[in-house]
Amino acid sequence: MAVIQATPELLRPSDIDHAFRDPYALSSRTRGISWVGLFAILAAFPLVFTNPAVTSVAVFTMFFLLATVAWNLFSGYSGYISIGHAVYYGLGQYTVALLVLHLHIAAGAGELGVLPLAGLVAAAGAVPVGLLVLRVRRHTFIVLTIAVMFIFQLLAFNFPSITGGSTGLNVPPPAWSPYSYNLPFYYVALGTAILALLTSWGIRRSKFGLGLLAIRDDEDRAKGLGIKVTRAKLIALVISAFYVGIAGGLYAVFVGQVFPQFAFTPFYDLYLAVFSFVGGLGTLAGPVLGALVLGPLQQYFEIQFGATTLYLIIYGVLFILILLLLPRGVVPSISDRYRSMLAAHWRKTGRGPATQGGSSLSQGPATGPAPAPAMPAEPIVREGA
Amino acid sequence: MLVVQGIIDGILAGGLYALMGSGLTLVFGVMEVINFAQGIIVILGAYLTYVFATHIGVDPFVTLLITIPIMFALGYGVYMLLLRPIKRDRVIMSLLVMYAVAVVIEGCLDLVFGGTLVQVSTPYATSSIHVGSLVFPDIYLMAFGLSAVLLGVLYVILYRTKFGRSLRATTQNTTAAKLVGIDVDRVSATTLGIGVGLGAAGGMLYGMTASFNAASSYDLISRLLVIVILGGFGSVWGAMAAAIIMLVIEDVISVVWSPVWGQTIFYLVLAAVLLFRPQGLFGRRMARAQ
Repeated sequence: MAVIQATPELLRPSDIDHAFRDPYALSSRTRGISWVGLFAILAAFPLVFTNPAVTSVAVFTMFFLLATVAWNLFSGYSGYISIGHAVYYGLGQYTVALLVLHLHIAAGAGELGVLPLAGLVAAAGAVPVGLLVLRVRRHTFIVLTIAVMFIFQLLAFNFPSITGGSTGLNVPPPAWSPYSYNLPFYYVALGTAILALLTSWGIRRSKFGLGLLAIRDDEDRAKGLGIKVTRAKLIALVISAFYVGIAGGLYAVFVGQVFPQFAFTPFYDLYLAVFSFVGGLGTLAGPVLGALVLGPLQQYFEIQFGATTLYLIIYGVLFILILLLLPRGVVPSISDRYRSMLAAHWRKTGRGPATQGGSSLSQGPATGPAPAPAMPAEPIVREGA
Repeated sequence: MLVVQGIIDGILAGGLYALMGSGLTLVFGVMEVINFAQGIIVILGAYLTYVFATHIGVDPFVTLLITIPIMFALGYGVYMLLLRPIKRDRVIMSLLVMYAVAVVIEGCLDLVFGGTLVQVSTPYATSSIHVGSLVFPDIYLMAFGLSAVLLGVLYVILYRTKFGRSLRATTQNTTAAKLVGIDVDRVSATTLGIGVGLGAAGGMLYGMTASFNAASSYDLISRLLVIVILGGFGSVWGAMAAAIIMLVIEDVISVVWSPVWGQTIFYLVLAAVLLFRPQGLFGRRMARAQ
């Protein structure tokens, strides 16, 4: 039994960071270049493909991208799977519609100006909802989020004096040229999605995010370690709701109408969860990938077969196939494959970080075939292990 | 008197919801699957009854002899084909799969029947028994009676048969059940079949008491989920009690105040109860929930 050759002075954070660095991770430079490249492509997309039919699909995809990243920031990290994020989506929609209506905001850029308020109202709504639903765990939590979503739908139907009931509310569309009409929505959504992604990245790297991941792995133990679990979960939910509310507000202005059954829709919850699952729950790139691949597909089916409910059948079957064939998500699957290939390569060539004293500390929950750990020269015995 | 009538209506309707909800909670208890498709399965049962009763002219109660076996097979097949392969994140993955199944069934029903609201019509749909100023609609009495009979059959299956014993063992501890030689997959598939069958039987009754289309499933599933949470997940008796309590509250509020609030109160009661008893009215607190 070997222990760390403890130095008399305290370990600095950078030492720990070095000791526990994931030896298989891509270098931060590679990752940074990939992200910048991806967003450069996304930014250029509507300038290259100018057909309004195409850009309108792209706009909806950006809305999905924004909301999926935000969903993952709460559900993916904390492990509390919310099937009720349509609550915040709907709150965002109604906030924008009501503000435009009552403040007599002229159709145009001003309508996009109230988006932060849509986010704030959704975030404020997440506080009471979170205090209620976060009292329970796992399956009860999932079901409760669905129930709460239906409560909001019912309230929207039952208070026609405020929400217009089943006749809905109108948001006058901006009088922009039809050729560039989609562009402002696209770029505002893309910009906000980048912001959400940066938030997600920041959380992932922070002590707060580490707390969330600990809650996902074992909440009671996390509590025992001194993480204020309720507060951490609630803060994550509020941040997540903020971005989803903005997505809802964007949708309201873009589509121009708000109805209870489309604002608080169970389908939206299904989309966000499936997109994240397909990409890879709790990873940074997973929800981005899921939304960018499945978002356009969802739009395509709806446009192609939307006249009948055939698209529901196609989409349902597709979901089932994806869930059964790719149960772990694309990003974790590829990541595992890459790791085992790299490990085999290192074993064969005798190279690799093994001699540098690096240890692998799995970042997510134990997933699939564990990567062959690069054994440090001196095994590190963790306290309490 | 209005309140007494509300209580009677609530108890009678509650029996029907107990029937539909027991299928949901039974399935959860055995295999930790939240059957989100239960709402659309009730509607599917209602449509099957509608087709047999309207186009072939069979009495709705007789159609159960056809619909329950069909739906049992559907449930059995769905488990074997779609739920058994799931190995990881069982609770959420099975929920998403059942959600997708619900979407597929909804799409099919909408494609075949369109969005028009229909109702299974029978000669006894509008008749009722009057006791003083109280009204007992025949259809609700029959629905309550059939629910009681079917739940009685369920009781016998659960507590008086070898299969019931295997089922309860699987509910208590799946791993231990496997160790003593219970074929957990077969038990689970049969349970989903029973749960879906109960839902279809409830659908036959629902189709006679209310007009419906494929979209009605969302209202149904949200109510059923509330009932199952309140009853404590996995507790069949809890779900039955919760169904009757909730429907009585809803119907009393509806007659003394307004139907709109009756429906809203349904959900507000849920919120209020969970603030004080997160495990539901009759659920046991789990020792270590994660």
